Amino acid sequence: MTDLEDPGLRNRRAVPLAAVPREPMNRFHQQVIDAVARGWRLIAFFGMPETAGQTLLLAVLADDEAGALSAYATVVGDSYPALTPACPQAHLFEREIAEQCGVIPQGHPWLKPVRRHPPDHAASAEPPPQNFDRERYDFFQIAGEEVHEVAVGPVHAGIIEPGHFRFQAHGERVLFLEIMLGYQHRGVESLLETRERMRAVLVAESIAGDTVIGHAGAHCAAIEALARSRKTPRAQTIRGIALEIERLANHIGDLGAIAGDVAYQPGAAYFGRMRGECLSLLMTLSGNRYGRGLVRPGGVGFDLPADMARAARDRLLRLKEELIPVADQMLGNASVQARLEGVGALPPEKCVELGIVGPPARACKVPRDVRYEHPYGVFRFAHIPVSTAWAGDVLARCLVRRLEIFRSLEFVIEQLATLPGGAARVDCGALRPEELAVAMTEGWRGEIVHAVVTDAAGSIRRYKVVDPSFHNWSALAVAMPGNQISDFPLCNKSFNLSYAGHDL
Amino acid sequence: MFEFLRVRAQQGTRTSRFPNGGAEFPERFRGRPVFDSGKCDGTCPGCLERMPSALMTTGPTGRVRLDVGACLFAPEEATACEHGAVTFTRDCGMATRSRAGLLSPDGEVELATALDARMQSLFGRSLRLRSVAAGSCNGCEGELAALGNVVFDLARFGVQFVASPRHADGLVITGAVSANMWDAVYRTWEATPAPRLVIAVGACAINGGPFRGSAEVANGVPDDLPVDLWIPGCPPHPLTILDGMLRLLGRLPDAAG
Repeated sequence: MTDLEDPGLRNRRAVPLAAVPREPMNRFHQQVIDAVARGWRLIAFFGMPETAGQTLLLAVLADDEAGALSAYATVVGDSYPALTPACPQAHLFEREIAEQCGVIPQGHPWLKPVRRHPPDHAASAEPPPQNFDRERYDFFQIAGEEVHEVAVGPVHAGIIEPGHFRFQAHGERVLFLEIMLGYQHRGVESLLETRERMRAVLVAESIAGDTVIGHAGAHCAAIEALARSRKTPRAQTIRGIALEIERLANHIGDLGAIAGDVAYQPGAAYFGRMRGECLSLLMTLSGNRYGRGLVRPGGVGFDLPADMARAARDRLLRLKEELIPVADQMLGNASVQARLEGVGALPPEKCVELGIVGPPARACKVPRDVRYEHPYGVFRFAHIPVSTAWAGDVLARCLVRRLEIFRSLEFVIEQLATLPGGAARVDCGALRPEELAVAMTEGWRGEIVHAVVTDAAGSIRRYKVVDPSFHNWSALAVAMPGNQISDFPLCNKSFNLSYAGHDL
Repeated sequence: MFEFLRVRAQQGTRTSRFPNGGAEFPERFRGRPVFDSGKCDGTCPGCLERMPSALMTTGPTGRVRLDVGACLFAPEEATACEHGAVTFTRDCGMATRSRAGLLSPDGEVELATALDARMQSLFGRSLRLRSVAAGSCNGCEGELAALGNVVFDLARFGVQFVASPRHADGLVITGAVSANMWDAVYRTWEATPAPRLVIAVGACAINGGPFRGSAEVANGVPDDLPVDLWIPGCPPHPLTILDGMLRLLGRLPDAAG
């Protein structure tokens, strides 16, 4: 399928910005729509000021089967014809472009705010007025005598990040769910564009605090690609180990949270404790329970000495022994299965249409996994099989997590025994000017994309972060209608999306 | 049934002995930072520029002082001083009753004292808290949630997180307080019946953390909300939070009175 222009862009390989074909708007429009129709996926689409009043739009596409990336650029004024009507994957990217750049995608079917903030990447001094009123927003409503509305958030019932959910319901049955986010918006992209390198990595670690290794890994990979810095195999392996321990911690925690939601208390208690074991292991490696301080440009901030690797391996072997019976007992329990089966099913065609990533996609038998399709670092040498299930419901998302837990455990146990040699960290110099780097990572929630464009001085001109949750919040909204309102917490936990990662 | 009991026995009892021990940390753990003025001659330039946070500042007299509340617990904060004057201890207790209590020349903090007798009689054995995340990364929330697991088991001290501010005795605020959450933070506080506590958890809630200076955040809990307990960390270890709460409630032997 590699039939698009090939500017030489690959996962974590930078190209000159000039190598990205710059097309007139109508050709750009057609190229992207045709590519997506042929199976390419829109992994990032964003704008940056070009000259006064002109915005450069950049679309990055991925062909998962061939492991190829491509990009197209175009320059627009204050509006352009929207891609969304022909390419639904673009819907949120285009809303984001309208909000960040003040450029209107004409004909977008539902142009509403994403995070509710004033334009921060606009080319015009006075961009067209956007609806970023922080307090007021008219939610979609269904009329009818017996239809009622339920509003939840931004302050939720549990210890959860803020977000607003508006249900249109008929009795217990959900007819429509609208999700309004942006409450966690901290201006992350602007900070990553302006902070110097040492401070920027601390911001990258805080894009989503449960995905420290994932986001810091993508950040450092983009910086290293632009600086032509080559990590040692040892550093790559340590990063891979940390990424999989992060996946273990979160997947185990998610199974525990789901167990709690269906009142299966032993599962909630055991998984909750075993999540902590994984965090403790990250703390041993990095000094912090979430792995902060470990991933740094040029490699890793902490080496993994042989005795520490041996002890870590022993801990994981013990964890594996404790974990398997708990997972088998929970997911083999008839009342747990009955509670999870058929709830919150995501239709596979919606999954493809909306560009869903990570475990929710794999639970619909859509085998998207960056580690396998766009392999990088240690994953080029040690393959982790892609874990899939087919039903697309809460149970399927649990089964995918269970499989991934076992496979990540196997991977880490194996890698800890065969750590390659080399320095933990090498120099990472100045960034090449006027280049584009795209770094993809398979975080535990799915595909993380950091796309970075440098200017003529080698400073960062535009930093685009795409968290898997950016795509996947739409999946939750699509999976809910037809379910009972009381199933929402369960459904929500089975996706366990990031508010901070979406809101940036 | 037999298998069920076997798994239960295999899992064992894992609750931490804290506060009676149980606070052992690995060698690389970064707890409360300290500053050894003996290693700093105050002449070599550049440490403040190399410092990735506002941990180290020069006070009015030009002397270096540490703001533990601003600490991001990043390895680079220790390496910013080439003479090794800044180091991380393995001490997890560092919560204070006042913002100023986090500032000192050497990193020693004024550990939180207990609430007055009336507040202790109200909350000492039963405290209900409402969590408000406002411009955070979900790291602090992860640790607040971890307090509920069988290891830390916050409930054994009579402290619980509840679903509504109307049911709460206090708020736990995390995050740098984003523009989009500003209003919700105030309204949640107003919805909590007095007398009420406010606990600021994490570097973001204390001074903006890694997002300090962004146009989209307020650099932490607004000054007009009365904070009763400041808990530093990025994110704080669950035991740092637990230690602070127990001190506030007068439940730690050395903090009583």
